[in-house]
Order: sequence, then structure tokens, then C-alpha cells
Amino acid sequence: MQAASNSRDKSGNSDAPRFLAAGDTALVVQFGEDVDREINRKVIALAAALREREIAGIVDLVPTFRSLMIHYDPLVVGGADLRDLVSASLDGLAASEVKGRLWRVPVLYGGEAGPDLSEVAERCGLTEEKVVELHGSVTYEVYMMGFLPGLGYLGILPKELELPRRSDPRVRVPARSVAIAINQTNVYPMESPGGWHLLGRTPVELFDRGLDDPILLAAGDRIEFSSIDQDGSDALRRRIDAGEYHLSPEEAE
Amino acid sequence: MAGLKVIAPGLNPTLQDLGRPWAQHLGAPPSGALDPVALRIANALVGNPADMAAIEIRLMGPTLEITAESARFALVGTATPIEVLGEKPMQAPAHQSVRLTQGRRLRIGGIGDSGVAYLAVEGGFDLPPVYDSLSTYTRARIGGFEGRALAEGDDLPLLMQDVAERSESKAGDGSWQTDDAPIRVILGPQDDYFTQDSLTAFFSEGFSVSREADRMGMRLDGPTLKHARGHDIISDGIATGAIQVPGNGRPIVLLADHQTTGGYPKLGTVISADIPRLGRLRPGDTLRFAQVEQSEAEVARRDLEDRITKVIDRFGSTDPWLDLDALYQENLVSGVVGERN
Repeated sequence: MQAASNSRDKSGNSDAPRFLAAGDTALVVQFGEDVDREINRKVIALAAALREREIAGIVDLVPTFRSLMIHYDPLVVGGADLRDLVSASLDGLAASEVKGRLWRVPVLYGGEAGPDLSEVAERCGLTEEKVVELHGSVTYEVYMMGFLPGLGYLGILPKELELPRRSDPRVRVPARSVAIAINQTNVYPMESPGGWHLLGRTPVELFDRGLDDPILLAAGDRIEFSSIDQDGSDALRRRIDAGEYHLSPEEAE
Repeated sequence: MAGLKVIAPGLNPTLQDLGRPWAQHLGAPPSGALDPVALRIANALVGNPADMAAIEIRLMGPTLEITAESARFALVGTATPIEVLGEKPMQAPAHQSVRLTQGRRLRIGGIGDSGVAYLAVEGGFDLPPVYDSLSTYTRARIGGFEGRALAEGDDLPLLMQDVAERSESKAGDGSWQTDDAPIRVILGPQDDYFTQDSLTAFFSEGFSVSREADRMGMRLDGPTLKHARGHDIISDGIATGAIQVPGNGRPIVLLADHQTTGGYPKLGTVISADIPRLGRLRPGDTLRFAQVEQSEAEVARRDLEDRITKVIDRFGSTDPWLDLDALYQENLVSGVVGERN
């Protein structure tokens, strides 16, 4: 494994980015071994820098918590050349200051929409109201996309709400469920199996079949959750079902 | 719009093209043909671009009725012929194009010689792409026909309602498919999560494809692999062909519908030249792995491309397939019309 040079960062983190082989169509650039905001911002910054350079042969750039996977066409660019090209972008790379889009997502917490809210409150030694307040108190960042089309891993959850995943995963988590596990939260864009704790459900679609590009989120975006009541949720849902409402990001600040 | 009506689906056929690998940053799997080589040859036989969607058939094929005026087909990936049903059932050979007219039914029975085969149709399907691909990903209900496997009664709209009569194209004998050489693997990204004994066993002992095999991946039966540093990693990206080893030590090779990220260590990655061969494997088939370097993988991939180009350049030309039954029907009809006049 070849380590990139000149990439020691100013914060004293001695982990120089490492290239890891992932076959002849993908290359991993790994920045560290932790789920960490600074590490993740560097991953996203490298993705942005490479996207801007429009390097021939790069098919896709997939940021994850602590590494970037570069998918490429080996008939257009060889692995060795690609490493050299990427190394050039690593020199002087700063953690991303680019602010992603901000999405405001209303959530109907508790009841049938959030069957785990009371258990989460009990296990965390909090009232349900406090859990809802804490969950909505943070501007989350999308660390990475994965597991399902349109599912973003959002961090970082307030420490008071940290719980391990459920020991008994559900076979069917309803679409649009808002859930937490460990130090993260997410929105299930579609029905799927899942092991996270369900706090509520949003009426809005993050996988919107009414759009040409149905997936709304991308790594680096930000999300804020706010509480909505049953009537508000039902009213919004009626507009969505009638095709009159699609979630859109806030205007740039 | 007319096209092809599904009379009986067989075993969950889906529409697949070369996938949407560019949408993985959104969490969407690449999807696409399990055997892209067979898809490309099938498309070339009917005169389509390489990346057009075709019907991907696994184990048991569908029965289809032509509702367009006419359509041209090619079946590639199996030696099983297309059965053309009618008063006198006939067979149209695989690996060559055939033009059939409205009302004819074609059936593709069990394909015993490969895990996967493709039925390409000239002009392709008139269906909406998702992220520039018609590939079906059933778990998210996207692509293909309503995001799902084909079912009885579906009417698949075709872009060409009528195709010209012409001499038909014929590929060689399909010998590009037969290859018993080991499946080649590049180590990483997490080969350091495994004991040296396990790495040795992986490349020296044989495996077989278990029954747990689908478009997402195939679990292998063989030596149990031991982790040296635990079996959880912080989720990172997954490439097609990644060999992921969960806590039970049984490797899974990830195929076209794999999730874009995952939290199990990946011992190695099957090289792109050998991915189509993986796609052709069936449960019970045996395989061996061999370790190669990236430079060897790149040479192997260029060799594969050269072989595909050669197969296509050497297509023979053959007379139009004689649809005796249709001719017979036409004569009867014109005879009746003639009497009336």
C-alpha cells in the first residue's frame, strides 16, 4: 500500500491518507479509522475537488464516513495513473467548508409513527418531550449515503440519545420512518428491514417518485428536524399524494 | 403502445442494461446485467447499441407474445433455443437474430447451461430510465417495467413497432463463455483483517456457489475464513466483485445489485474481466480463486474487450429464419380474400 505524501494535516492528526485497492474499477482513499466530523469533511472535500477536475475515466465518487471510493473505468484510466492524479488533489486539501444544501424535515413523533419513542425515553432516562426536543436541536450533516437509495447517515446525534442498535431488528420498517442508533439518525426513504430505533415518521418523501431524479439527499447536505402534529402531517401528506408538494432545500444563506 | 406481452414470466426475469454505476453516491446500487458480455453480444446481434436494456433470464425463461407488427430477437448466454409456438412448433437457435411477426408466441424454457441469459429486442423498450438506466432494482422498485420483475399480463412497449426483413446475424458457438480458469482477485481493501492461514486457504481451496445466490451477491460454501481483527469495520464503499466476509466466516461475492456501502471487511475484489463469469455461475457450481496484481487485471480487461470485439466483428450472416407457420397462415388468408374478390 502506498501512502500519499504531503498530506499530514494541521490539526496534528498524523493519519496520512492511504490508498487501498478495491479491484481494477475502484480505488479507496482512507483518511482515518473513526466516525469524525473533520475526517468526513475532508472526504467530502476531496470528492468535490475531484468532481471539479472532471478527470476522464472517473465514473462516480462515493464519500463514506472516513474514506472516499472512486469508481472508474479501467479502459480509460489505469489504477497507477489515477493514484497520481488523486495525489495531486490531496496536496493542500482542507476540510470542506462548502455548506451543503439545508433540508427542513417535519416529523410526527411518537405514537404509531414512532413506536420506539417511549422505550428510547425510558432507556435514556428522559421524558418523550425531551427526546423530541434533543433530536430536533441539531443541524445534522449527511456523512454518507448508503444501505438504500436515498438513505443518508446523519450526525451527530446529541450524546444523551446514544443507544446501540436494536438487538431484534425489524423485518419491515415503514417508509419515511425517522430513526436513531449509536451517534446517528436517518430517514428510511422506503420500506426496508432495519435495526434502528423509530422515533417518528415524516410525511415528506426523501425518495420522491414524482421527480425525474427521485433521490434528494447527498453527502455534505444538512438536515434539521422539527415536530409536526397529526393534523399537520395529514394535511401535508394529502398535498404530497396529490402531487402538489415536493420537499425542496432552503434558499442558500 | 404495443410490443411484447408476457404470457408466462418464468423465474422473475428483469430488464437490465449496463446499469447506473454513476448513481452510487446517492445510495443506488449499480445494478445492470450480471453477464454484461452476453448482453453486449445479444444487443449487437439485433443491431442495438451495447448498453440497451434486454430481458435478463435466470434458470427458467418467459413465454412472450408479439403484439407489435414484428420484432427481432436474439438470445445469448445459453445454447437453449427459442421455441416458437404455433400449429407447428419450431425452434430458432440461440446466438443468432430472428424476426417474428405479430401474434407469434416465443418461449424460452429452462436454461441449464448458464446462470443467466439475455433476450435482446431490436430498438429496445419504450420505458422511462431512472438515472439514465433502464436496469431494474426491485428492492427500491426502480427501473425496468414498474421497478419489478416481469409478470403475467405485462405488455412491454417496444420503441420499434415493425422491423425490416433482412439477412440475420449469427455469432460463433458461444465458446467465449466456457472458461474453467480460476476467478482472479486483487487483495484488499481489508485483506489485513484476515489471518494469513485464511488468505492461504482462500486461494488454495475450492468453493461452491450456495443456494443463497441472487442479483445482490452469492454466498460461497468452502473453507471458513478467520478474521484477525474483528469483523466490523466503519462502513465504507463497495465495488462490484468485492468479497465480503461477515462474522460467520463464509464469504459473499457481491454482484450488480450490491449495496453501495457496507460494514464487513472485504478480503479482495474479483477483477472486472471475470465479473461476467461470476454472473454465469449457478448454485452448486464450483470455483477457485487466484491472486493477481492490478496491472494484470488491467491487461485481462483489455483482452476481454478485444475478444468481445472479435466475436462481434466475426458475426456471420444467415438467411432470414423461415417462419413456415406464418407463411402457411398468410396463404390461407390471401386465399380466402381471393375467393371473395
